Amino acid sequence: MNDIMRPATEWELKSMIMALAERAIPVEILGAGSKRGIGRPVMAPVALTTGAMRGISLYEPAELVMSARAGTPLSQIEVELASHGQMLPFEPVDLGPALGTDAGLQTIGAVFAANLSGSRRIAAGAARDYLLGVRGVNGRAEIFKSGGRVMKNVTGYDVARGLAGSWGTLAVLSEVTFKVLPLPDDVATLVYPDLTDDLAIELMSTAMTQPYEVSGTAHLSPTLVRRLRHKGLSKETRSLTAIRLENFTRSITYRKQKLRELLAAYGAPLELELESSLEFWSEVRRLSFFPANGTHLWRISTTPSTAAALVSAVRRHMRVEAFYDWSGGLVWLETPASADAGSADIRRAVATHGGHAMLIRADEAVRRTVEVFQPLGPAVDRITRGIKTAFDPMRLLNPGRMYATL
Amino acid sequence: MRFACFRVAFRPLFGYVHPRLLMAQPLDEEPGERTSEMSSIALPLPDPDIVTQRDQIVRDLVAICGADAVISDEDGRRAFETDALTAYRRMPLAVVLPTSTEDVAAVLKYAKANRIRIMPRGAGTSLCGGALPLEDAIVVGISKMNRVLEIDFHDRFARVEAGITNLAISATVAPEGFFYAPDPSSQLACTLAGNLAMNSGGAHCLKYGVTTNNVLGVKMVTMDGEILEIGGAHLDSEGYDLLALIVGSEGQFGIITEATVRILRAAEGARPMMIGFESSAKAGICVARIIASGIIPVAIEFMDKPAIEVCEAFAKAGYPTNVDALLIIEVEGSEQEIADRLAYIASIAHELNPLALVVSASEEQSAKIWKGRKSAFGALGRIADYYCMDGTIPLAHLPHVLEQITEICSRYGLGVANIFHAGDGNLHPLVMYDANKPGDNDKAEAAGAEILTLCVSVGGCLSGEHGIGIEKRDLMRAQFTDEDLAVQLRIKSVFDPDWLLNCGQVFPLDAVEAAMAEAAAAPPEAAEPGPAEAA
Ligand SMILES: Cc1cc2nc3c(=O)[nH]c(=O)nc-3n(C[C@H](O)[C@H](O)[C@H](O)COP(=O)(O)OP(=O)(O)OC[C@H]3O[C@@H](n4cnc5c(N)ncnc54)[C@H](O)[C@@H]3O)c2cc1C
Repeated sequence: MNDIMRPATEWELKSMIMALAERAIPVEILGAGSKRGIGRPVMAPVALTTGAMRGISLYEPAELVMSARAGTPLSQIEVELASHGQMLPFEPVDLGPALGTDAGLQTIGAVFAANLSGSRRIAAGAARDYLLGVRGVNGRAEIFKSGGRVMKNVTGYDVARGLAGSWGTLAVLSEVTFKVLPLPDDVATLVYPDLTDDLAIELMSTAMTQPYEVSGTAHLSPTLVRRLRHKGLSKETRSLTAIRLENFTRSITYRKQKLRELLAAYGAPLELELESSLEFWSEVRRLSFFPANGTHLWRISTTPSTAAALVSAVRRHMRVEAFYDWSGGLVWLETPASADAGSADIRRAVATHGGHAMLIRADEAVRRTVEVFQPLGPAVDRITRGIKTAFDPMRLLNPGRMYATL
Repeated sequence: MRFACFRVAFRPLFGYVHPRLLMAQPLDEEPGERTSEMSSIALPLPDPDIVTQRDQIVRDLVAICGADAVISDEDGRRAFETDALTAYRRMPLAVVLPTSTEDVAAVLKYAKANRIRIMPRGAGTSLCGGALPLEDAIVVGISKMNRVLEIDFHDRFARVEAGITNLAISATVAPEGFFYAPDPSSQLACTLAGNLAMNSGGAHCLKYGVTTNNVLGVKMVTMDGEILEIGGAHLDSEGYDLLALIVGSEGQFGIITEATVRILRAAEGARPMMIGFESSAKAGICVARIIASGIIPVAIEFMDKPAIEVCEAFAKAGYPTNVDALLIIEVEGSEQEIADRLAYIASIAHELNPLALVVSASEEQSAKIWKGRKSAFGALGRIADYYCMDGTIPLAHLPHVLEQITEICSRYGLGVANIFHAGDGNLHPLVMYDANKPGDNDKAEAAGAEILTLCVSVGGCLSGEHGIGIEKRDLMRAQFTDEDLAVQLRIKSVFDPDWLLNCGQVFPLDAVEAAMAEAAAAPPEAAEPGPAEAA
């Protein structure tokens, strides 16, 4: 990889893609490159980063909306939002530590291109739910926009949202516009020790089906708990199941009490106040308990009620460490180093129990041989390729990153 | 003339014209049809070959789905000739009401093989002509497919046939304290399929999001008769977010027969309050201050004086009538939480000296307050014909835009009532006219076009929740460049390269013509392995 192109404007971006298109040169698309290790290896002689297209172009706190150029660091955006008492509600996951780079590098464009949402996903929605509009350049070197800056917009197809999770294979985003929300006044967490996976999921789902707006649930295996750096919890040797409330202090006091009563059968919880809660959930968000230690990491989306069975099915074949997010609907699974990263067993378990799995961490050799993204059925595959052709007929943008023929 | 594109019948710019896009004359000039004045939007010309084969087509449909599912007599078909944009009517070739996904697939396969156009239909409550058929199209209505297939309170989803009404989903899960969040005012009648096609919203979307934020998966039949399963009970998509593209595609990608939606546990309680001001500007400031303060109510609805009067006369909701602008604000929680939040909002409102501030004192009063709001369109319909607009604007522009709307309408000599979802800036100016007065309809359409262009010019959009349909089709270029449109049109060609589904809608017809030519020249086949593999 010798050349990295760094367009500073959308117009430059267009010219560069046009030049590449004329010579049929494929290109790897990067933000800060923090997620470069995800996906199949992109076979492209050049790379293009959005890193020089940065800056917040619009922020209207009273309208809950912000626009930023794609290469703007997420950290800059979160600082700006926090100074107005606001936040990105979907709590974007920071994969830096798990992938062996620093935390806090990712760009806002890549956050939406990857659509990896954190623990508030159930209560608040996914990254794509907050994406209101995009500007970008497709593989035909056309500058286009979709959506806009208003909350409600059904003018034309929802192309903006359709680009969320496309991993730079359809277009290079130049600017994103998204909805933001007020930061909660207060946070508290109830932590239940020593539950089995089954019981933990039952507890988390029970909590989610109450009218108390639980904004996050997480269940960590004992090994993962021991890896926490959290002052209050790192000495724990048991599994932990956390239930988060975010609200006005008075509401939290009331709702916490209600939940305690309702969940009494699951034991007596530890209670984390504001600071301690923030510390714990920021570790969850950075997946700090999955350090790059030579193992593989999978991300599996399924239904809460099947998650534990899915994990035990995999466990029959290998030693795994599981972190259940989204009340069990999202499983992060650490698997031992192996030639296929456990792919065959995991894919089989997912096929049986429903959902989809994505290999988040594996070295290049593994990612070249096993499917990183969930394999698609024939009908969806055909539409997927059609969409790719519609945006990028010459397969210039991140060729092969999601699927070998895409 | 500024809005010429909206009114002039389509004329091809280039030599080639796809024969099926040749424009019909406006309806009122067609012999034998019921006359209608509000008819300036051109529609694709019916294919005479298809129309003359009508009897055979009906026989084929009966063979495919059974006689019970096919409506072919004129009276029966008349019920399907329009939607809630009643000024436009077209008698469809035939109507099929299948009872299974397989039957839908068989009909589409047949239609594709014979190049017959299809119009998917739910309950026909579209306000933008989205369900307006063409004379050479088969209407495929899915209202008979309305069963609940699976409810899982633990995993919090419901799987239903898409012909179920919006309200029936909530009604089914209500006994367990759950609900389905998007609540269009038409929820008693409209189908989930229609909601999915339009990405419909409702009063409570400020907190809970619109349809796209509340759907997990769909089963959709493509024009090839292939049954696609997208998503499911789990969250997020494995590859491209096809669900995001399908929701809001206005029936142009396929016919949705089933869907899996999120169901949510309802709050312990909810209560609205009403705050009245002497001006819309003040009400607008109040909304902005509430949101900026860090509290997001479940709903913030706005009505201006004409709307208040009409709704009050109809629903006797107890709206204050001495005010020029009324906000209905609802919050949720326990008794104490509701009291805290309403008090907090009241303190913000008090700084602006409201003329009225009433907190609902009972379930009964709350129901009345909402009934008034949700029956607004119907109530207005009793006193005038109206043309319902649906632009969205950035909230900061609210006072200016409301002033301009009044100005535009009075320039055309028309009245206007404003009623809308203020929390997210989604306006519904109801432009009042008299359908029996020659020229009035045209004026209403022209005023409407000016209003929507105004919304776009301040940074908003043509439609917040009702969709484009035929109604706003020719205004799309006010918001999008040709390249923006081309990106969308190519996606349509992926799903339906022959453009048989819902033809003549959403996009300006000349743009469609270009897209069809492009699709015909280079069929959107699978991407070929590119240079990466070759290298
Ligand atoms: C009094 C009144 C109040 C309203 N209030 C609101 C409101 O508050 N919020 C709001 O968003 N809308 C509102 N609407 C508009 C309308 O109700 C919505 O657009 C609704 O979603 C349409 O549903 P339907 O079942 O009637 O669909 P139809 O009108 O039958 O069809 C709408 C569109 O969906 C397509 N379609 C139908 N079925 C399928 C299918 N199975 N597969 C694919 N495509 C399909 C049709 O082709 C058409 O393009 C209101 C309408 C009225 C008359």
